Amino acid sequence: MSLSRFFDNRNVLGLLFMLPAGALLLVFLTYPLGLGTWLGFTDAKIGRTGQWVGLDNFEYLFGDSVARLSLFNTLFYTVVASVFKFILGLWLALLLNRQLPFKSFVRAVVLLPFIVPTALSAIAFWWIYDTQFSVVSWVLVKMGIIDTYINFLGEPWLARMSTIIANIWRGVPFVAITLLAGLQTISPSLYEAASLDGASEWQKFWYVTLPMLTPIIAVVMTFSVLFTFTDFQLIYVLTRGGPLNSTHLMATLAFQRGIPGGALGEGAALAIAMVPFLLAAILFSYFGLQRRAWQQGGTDK
Amino acid sequence: MSEKQTSEGSMDYLESLPRRWVTVYIPLLVFLFVLLFPFYWMGMTAFKPNAEMVARAANPFWIVHPTLANFEKLLFHTQYPLWMWNTVLISVVSTVISLAASVFAAYAIERLRFRGARQTGLAIFLAYLVPPSILFIPLAAIVVNLGLFDTRWALILTYPTFLIPFCTWLLMGYFRSIPYELEECALIDGATRWQVLTKIILPLSVPGLISAGIFAFTLSWNEFIYALTFISSSENKTVPVGVVTELVEGDVYHWGALMAGALLGSLPVAVLYSFFVEHYVSGMTGAVKE
Repeated sequence: MSLSRFFDNRNVLGLLFMLPAGALLLVFLTYPLGLGTWLGFTDAKIGRTGQWVGLDNFEYLFGDSVARLSLFNTLFYTVVASVFKFILGLWLALLLNRQLPFKSFVRAVVLLPFIVPTALSAIAFWWIYDTQFSVVSWVLVKMGIIDTYINFLGEPWLARMSTIIANIWRGVPFVAITLLAGLQTISPSLYEAASLDGASEWQKFWYVTLPMLTPIIAVVMTFSVLFTFTDFQLIYVLTRGGPLNSTHLMATLAFQRGIPGGALGEGAALAIAMVPFLLAAILFSYFGLQRRAWQQGGTDK
Repeated sequence: MSEKQTSEGSMDYLESLPRRWVTVYIPLLVFLFVLLFPFYWMGMTAFKPNAEMVARAANPFWIVHPTLANFEKLLFHTQYPLWMWNTVLISVVSTVISLAASVFAAYAIERLRFRGARQTGLAIFLAYLVPPSILFIPLAAIVVNLGLFDTRWALILTYPTFLIPFCTWLLMGYFRSIPYELEECALIDGATRWQVLTKIILPLSVPGLISAGIFAFTLSWNEFIYALTFISSSENKTVPVGVVTELVEGDVYHWGALMAGALLGSLPVAVLYSFFVEHYVSGMTGAVKE
């Protein structure tokens, strides 16, 4: 009896219940996070524990034109893709929020690009972007718009845009479906009140929908920016960072230097260098766009 | 996703039909076309004979002589069936482990309210924000040191790092919605915490468990960077990694087999999703909304 009493104590039982999750997360998440930070300051190679080298890795990477290019690529990729994902996702959410035939079917189908393995849908894009047999080029040639096939993944800027388009394709459904869930929580009485006051469709969107949606937009876009900034598989499948490193993201470069290249320390330094950017994105959305009192019907202090 | 009919376009009837076509139907059809075209293209190419694939004169949108040769090559001349088996095994086991661990963790944080529960909840949320791209290099070192490199266990044990935070966060929200009075009554009647959990909380949170399970399963099925880094021999690979790394021989792309592999690898998650759309969507939006 006293033993079962002991196990019914909330602190003892709480600790016991947290044990499996806590142990797994400590060993395979917290520890690697610390180890990764430490590796970033060493010259570790595969099969050799490294020596502490201070900021050498970061200094070297800062002077390395490929690493600088990968930083530029990552920022460009994230900003352009996120802006388009937001605009197109919001538009699609507004469309799906209307009265539609086959509404639930359409909503279900829209999410397909998000649930299918990215590596596999990227292969479909690889084939669509093929230099010799691209279906896009085929259509454009038949329509008489171009006369030679487009080398989608062969020219630096074309490759950047092509990978960004594939990323947008995958991300729009996630943004749209989560924003749709947000749209459905906005009370219709707000729109009725706006109509009575003579608001146009555009004014209703700008003064009712958008302000009410801000908190969920903040969360969705934080996740979207986080995933885009640390994207790996799409680039790995489509270009492996080429041509001329023009599509290398920090994650793909970290992989290339760290795993096939064997320079664990350098790869870890590149991966750790992403953290400040991610923190900035999280803090920006937390302080800039968090839930305000007036969105709940109260007043701002 | 709860259907709130009232909030949807309450004044749609004021709109004329041609206007609706321009503002709603045509943009929506364009969206649907773009979002679904890659799948159509994947399916199309998978059944195309090689000769038709490279014939520029022919209409690429249709197949004259559909063939199963690509699937035959994939299933009998590559290790694809083995990759499929690995993916199923790894996804199921890591999902089950994560779900079990998450049920206990979420219950402890949300209902036992042990000392430090709030901070633990916050830590779980922060863990959810740590992307695998930052962790894979140190994790590779750990996996090698534990002697797990190139084994399925490497993936089964590392996938919970992104599954547990997600499932726990989702289940915490779900447990919160169950009235505390139910639990109090049982405790007063002399039930132990274990009985409360198994006889009251779990039966009431079946929809939440399904949401978390489905989402966790698709997340592990789709995982790429860990599987690419921790596995080296072909017979231990998962479908996404196997298709990407093994079906391309030098400069020879077997487009038919690649597309067949992508199609077959996407099918299980697509079918599972189609059965549990509502659960999946509520899992996805639920985790974001909190």
